[in-house]
Amino acid sequence: MTDTDRGTQRDRHSAFSLFTQQSLPACKPVLTPEWVIMTFLFIGFIFIPVGLVTLRASHSVVEIVERYDIGCVPEPFRIDKVSYIQDDSIPKNCSLSFKVPKYMKAPIYIYYQLDNYYQNHRRYVKSRSDKQLLHGQNEHGISSCQPVEVNNDRPIIPCGLIAWSLFNDTFTFIRNRAELKVNRKNIAWKSDRGHKFGKNVYPFNFQNGTLIGGGKLNPTIPLSDQEDLIVWMRTSALPSFRKLYGRIEKDLDVDDVVVVHLMNNYNTYSFGGKKKLVLSTTSWLGGKNDFLGLAYVFIGSSSVTIAVVFTLLHLLSPRHYEDTSYLPWN
Amino acid sequence: MKRYVYINDNESSHELYCDNRISNRKYTVLNFLPKNLWEQFSRFMNQYFLLIACLQLWSLITPVNPASTWGPLIFIFAVSASKEAWDDYNRYLSDKKANEKLVWVVRQGIRKHIQAQDIHVGNIVWLRENDEVPCDLVLIGTSDPQGLCYVETAALDGETDLKTRVIPSACMGIDFELLHKIKGVIECPNPDKDITRFDANLRLFPPFIDNDVCPLTIKNTILQSCYLRNTEWACGVAVYTGNETKLGMSRGIPEPKLTAMDAMIDKLTGAIFVFQIVVVMVLGIAGNVWKDTEARKQWYVQYPIEGPWYELLVIPLRFELLCSIMIPISIKVSLDLVKSLYAKFIDWDAEMIDYETGIPSHATNTAISEDLGQVEYIMTDKTGTLTENRMIFRRCCISGVFYGNESGDALKDTKLLNAVAGSSPDVVQFLTVMAICNTVVPIKSKTGAISYKAQSQDEDALVNAAAQLHMVYANKNANILEIRFNGSVIKYEVLEILEFTSDRKRMSVVVKDCQNGKIVLLSKGADEAILPFAYVGQQTRTFIEAVEQYAQLGLRTLCLACRELREDEYQEWSLLFKEASSTLVDREWRIAEVCQRLEHDFEVLGVTAIEDRLQDGVPETIETLRKAGINFWMLTGDKQNTAIQIALSCNFISPEPKGQLLLIDGKTEDEVCRSLERVLLTMRITSSEPKDVAFVVDGWALEIALKHYRKAFTELAILSRTAICCRVTPSQKAQLVELLKSCDYRTLAIGDGGNDVRMIQQADIGVGISGREGLQAARAADYSIGKFRFLKRLILVHGRYSYNRTAFLSQYSFYKSLVICFIQIFFSFISGVSGTSLFNSVSLMAYNVFYTSIPVLVSVLDKDLSEGTVMQHPQILFYCQAGRFTVSPPFLAFFLLLYNRASESEYICWMVWSIFVPCNCCVCDHHTCLCLREK
Repeated sequence: MTDTDRGTQRDRHSAFSLFTQQSLPACKPVLTPEWVIMTFLFIGFIFIPVGLVTLRASHSVVEIVERYDIGCVPEPFRIDKVSYIQDDSIPKNCSLSFKVPKYMKAPIYIYYQLDNYYQNHRRYVKSRSDKQLLHGQNEHGISSCQPVEVNNDRPIIPCGLIAWSLFNDTFTFIRNRAELKVNRKNIAWKSDRGHKFGKNVYPFNFQNGTLIGGGKLNPTIPLSDQEDLIVWMRTSALPSFRKLYGRIEKDLDVDDVVVVHLMNNYNTYSFGGKKKLVLSTTSWLGGKNDFLGLAYVFIGSSSVTIAVVFTLLHLLSPRHYEDTSYLPWN
Repeated sequence: MKRYVYINDNESSHELYCDNRISNRKYTVLNFLPKNLWEQFSRFMNQYFLLIACLQLWSLITPVNPASTWGPLIFIFAVSASKEAWDDYNRYLSDKKANEKLVWVVRQGIRKHIQAQDIHVGNIVWLRENDEVPCDLVLIGTSDPQGLCYVETAALDGETDLKTRVIPSACMGIDFELLHKIKGVIECPNPDKDITRFDANLRLFPPFIDNDVCPLTIKNTILQSCYLRNTEWACGVAVYTGNETKLGMSRGIPEPKLTAMDAMIDKLTGAIFVFQIVVVMVLGIAGNVWKDTEARKQWYVQYPIEGPWYELLVIPLRFELLCSIMIPISIKVSLDLVKSLYAKFIDWDAEMIDYETGIPSHATNTAISEDLGQVEYIMTDKTGTLTENRMIFRRCCISGVFYGNESGDALKDTKLLNAVAGSSPDVVQFLTVMAICNTVVPIKSKTGAISYKAQSQDEDALVNAAAQLHMVYANKNANILEIRFNGSVIKYEVLEILEFTSDRKRMSVVVKDCQNGKIVLLSKGADEAILPFAYVGQQTRTFIEAVEQYAQLGLRTLCLACRELREDEYQEWSLLFKEASSTLVDREWRIAEVCQRLEHDFEVLGVTAIEDRLQDGVPETIETLRKAGINFWMLTGDKQNTAIQIALSCNFISPEPKGQLLLIDGKTEDEVCRSLERVLLTMRITSSEPKDVAFVVDGWALEIALKHYRKAFTELAILSRTAICCRVTPSQKAQLVELLKSCDYRTLAIGDGGNDVRMIQQADIGVGISGREGLQAARAADYSIGKFRFLKRLILVHGRYSYNRTAFLSQYSFYKSLVICFIQIFFSFISGVSGTSLFNSVSLMAYNVFYTSIPVLVSVLDKDLSEGTVMQHPQILFYCQAGRFTVSPPFLAFFLLLYNRASESEYICWMVWSIFVPCNCCVCDHHTCLCLREK
């Protein structure tokens, strides 16, 4: 072999010429029955255990859900709940109790759940000003907060429908006549506290209008520490959602009776929403959710089924690989 | 309309005609932006996107940040605008170079060096050897005493041989100095783009008195962008300048071809648009109803009781914007990108380089590669396309004696050699016609060897064969031809040349024998153009037999004939001819008529047979492509028998009994009609049998069939997988392509010569063979290849891959747009039908650009089957032809597709839902945080 030969040889195999001649190395899996069956079996054997482990994790979570929005309205007012909730003169306190069905390991998360509440409504979700939440008093950039941007010609901080409709039911927990301490710190995202809500921004002119929506804010606490507001302002994507209220950092034993004293302030009656209180432990996978595990098990078991069917088909009427008589034109 | 050009008159024409400034630019600096934007916005897709982008500026309805649409829109526009700008800038540079070139022009009687752009109509331009001609000139003087000059016209028609140009007779013999002062008027037609015609007249003013108006033809001109060769100098009068030259006028922008896939994408886009409108209306109504029934109860939304007048429109418009992503904005850009890569793959392909000439294949049109994979009909030329177009003289029949029948090569036939040596008068006369009845230019090199510059391969073969038989065409000095035969020199004076046209099918020269002063008409031509005109009493039977015999061997035949003219007969005719030559209207037709008066009563001398060999790999290529379900039609100007022989030898048709050949012929309407019906009947009967049935039709019958029985012929065309059309003209070739196209077939036309250009431009895909007949076809074509056999690779490999890749890419583009759009639609049902976007602007843009547009471009490297497999089983092409993307009925397919996408996004949405509902929580640190909306 001469030098020039070698040169052309090399040239022929250079990456660029492989590209130009469309002969880049490639792999082409051929879907023979064996391969397909093996692949399905493999998927099945991986997915079913993963699904089972996931399901187990989900089942290990203890969850207590108590609906209270109807129970908390006194009998005489049940016919017209809306006027009850809108009447400030009637005290709104109420209590409910439940028994802990299973041992619950700390930390136990407390959520409030709202159903049929459209936090994802376009008009609602757009009605906020991120600029204002971070930088505070700024006349500009609050036009997005319509229709709740100014009151008495002064800007509202925090402005917008979302803040205005802040959830304001409160809960206190009592076990064995002793109050269970609820930790209400660190319930919002760290990034929200640090980067989205200003440390020097204080509520101003908030809920001062004629129309009062939800909860009020302490004007002496900066927004970055108003964690209930921060949690509320991270709007939910679906019309039924849970939001974190706090944590109980003590274990609850089986058959412990927990009494909840709550202020039933928030109006869900006018639009037929539901309010629920949720207590839940967590596993390594998060809260109680069977979907992921079921999906894994479902995919895995269907793969195994397909593999079995294919195997049977293959055994009953085997088809030879590379048999050209199968070509449609033969 | 006529144009009067006053020679050397500097003032009169300045206002009338443009100067010689060439401009190929589309834009100027000032109008670039508006004009380019206007062009881009004349496309429906772009208008749509602009409307969407404008609507997004209204913050009340926009679901996402307007930047997410404006960004890509501006990017796409910027890309195509800068491409246009770059092209235009390059055009400007090359124009500038041409415009500022210095040329010698006569001004006030003195030669001056001026810029080419300052030449005006009527100026006299001087050229030196190897100069490029700056504008269209009428020659008035050359360095040659006979008034000849040679030009190379490669830039005009791609032919590389030298052409002779001659000064008009009126200017003959004008002194060099006087040429500066010459005055006169040229009457010529308005500028057109026909580079083969120039029907004009010249009249010189005193002192150059000439009673006659001197006719001018294309022979008296040198056109812009030609080169002057082998001539010391030449000068001419500028008649057409600037963009009005023949070249400038023919520089039209060909209509862009649209592929089947493009058409399908447009259709699909339209359908999706309609669907989108429906969705928007349904959701808009649902949204308004929901708002009035549910949202009013929701105190936290604070809907005002009285809204503005446009309130009803707000929700539908929001949905319009949400659904606007249903039509993928990126599809055009990605397709343009991959298509140019397909074209590059063709250019790069080492297996499609013609190693004899070193010419690689080239894709001129980068936009239609995927159509190659959908070809259903191939219309092919014969000469030069299937054959090599390298003519070799093989046999001849001189006054009834056949030469070359035994050895297959007349040049080695001792009988003929003996006859030549014995100066047999018949043979000598025959050889004389072979040697001088042509337009060949002999060129003597320094060593004394003679080479011939011929425009036609047949003439080249004849002259060379004559030379080998000792009849050497040695020299051409103006009108005097010199022939050496067996040591003696014979001189002829050429009086007239009656040129070849495809209608007359013969050419003749009138020469005067310088020895005895006899005037002879020498003719050669197709048998049907010569034999019927033999003098009464001559036996032409042997010649007819010879023609038939040769044609069956696949040889090209020419009949040679001569006639002695009386002096007065010639003189009389010559006047008529001159008059016909100087008419301005219908000149060609008038000349043909006059020629007819001379070309009769021939003494037929004999028949020549020229072989044209098949190119390598032609039968295999045709067989493979035939297996791939492609139908072949051969359209040739050649004789029926020759065409059939070639067709047999290259697997085009099968011999009996496997194949059957049906003939459509007839001279009158009735005959053609009957024959057509008969063939159609046979065709219908045999269409179920596995028999290769082909029909043969000649130009005359075709003309009648196309004119009067178009419907029957169309049916025949659809039934027949193979057809041979012989004796067809270029326009008939184009008509046939048009006919098949009108039946919704994808056609590919392949040819090599100027006579194929029209069919190549007409067909969906034009392929040119860069062959020996010049580059005309290759230039007009979308693809040019070196050899016919590369067609196999072009279609089966490049066409098929391109089709599959484009199909995948466009399907994917629609798929991904529909998926994300349906997620939005389903989400709207759980967000109060209020038009909230589930995704934020950044995610949407990232989805459209980074996740789904750029990565899939890798599919241009995808090969579903190896090249070898496809070549082995060309039937696989059926799937492309049927159109994976174009399943019929298309709309059913479309809704199936839609249904698939819908259910898919339903799953996604449902999954999202299922994960959300139980733990819809936004919890710090510990939980799986699923909050899709991030502000």
